[in-house]
Amino acid sequence: MLFRSAFFAASAIATISTAAIAVDAPTDPQIAHIAYTADSLDIAAGKQALSKSHNKAVRAFAEEMVRDHTTVNDKALALVKELKVTPQDNPTSEGLTKAADAERAKLAKMSGAAFDREYVNNEVAYHKTVNGALEKVLIPSSKNAKLKSLLETGLTLFREHQAHAEQIAKDLK
Amino acid sequence: MIARSRLCPLLAASVGALLLSAADAPATAAPHIYTIVIDKLKFGPAPAQLHKGDTILWVNNDLFRHTATAADHSFDVDLMPGKAGKTVLTKSGSIPFFCRYHPNMRGVLQVK
Ligand SMILES: [Cu+2]
Repeated sequence: MLFRSAFFAASAIATISTAAIAVDAPTDPQIAHIAYTADSLDIAAGKQALSKSHNKAVRAFAEEMVRDHTTVNDKALALVKELKVTPQDNPTSEGLTKAADAERAKLAKMSGAAFDREYVNNEVAYHKTVNGALEKVLIPSSKNAKLKSLLETGLTLFREHQAHAEQIAKDLK
Repeated sequence: MIARSRLCPLLAASVGALLLSAADAPATAAPHIYTIVIDKLKFGPAPAQLHKGDTILWVNNDLFRHTATAADHSFDVDLMPGKAGKTVLTKSGSIPFFCRYHPNMRGVLQVK
């Protein structure tokens, strides 16, 4: 779980920064980049599932992921344009991308029920990780009120996705 | 809401006529349309005093697609962002409902 350790590092930084130096907390351009990256990676995972899975519940979930995360990303793009912010790449975004690339490669070699289980279990883990980062690091660190509000909407939505993925994971067993 | 203003006077009139012709019958309310608004991944409060024959108008004001789905499958309304859908209540009792996509979105209709 590469991306998980990246987020733990980020949250450790934020813990230190709230105590002493604010310098290490992610900036708004970095937060926007992380949020956009996290959304895009889950859209890619959803598209992969739609190209491989034949399970009705899994496909409906993957469609939901593509749809909901695309909506959030459209909002995020409109917001960075409005705020004239250029999203900035950072180690957390890189860690997320690396981990998702590895997971996508792993899933590419799988099929059938094994694929479905791996995809859904990873969706549970992924949303858990992203939700933890939103709650502990990204939302508290964000300065712009509109960005913070969009992240809060994201957190509410992704908690629902986590719950939905957990439900499907249980049904797949 | 056009439906409501057109429907209610008519129904009120017919119920009024009924009450006049059968003075002893218990007064029953005319069927109504009640609105439940969905926003920020939440169903608005379920109306109190729902009766068989009433209509629920589900209005999705959220950014995301939702459903209003009865746990007993008596209704399943697909709600695209910015759109609305209707459910006519055909039975009494307690009817839990949820969104098929977002499992923590839920509520209960109490129908008399
Ligand atoms: Cu929903």
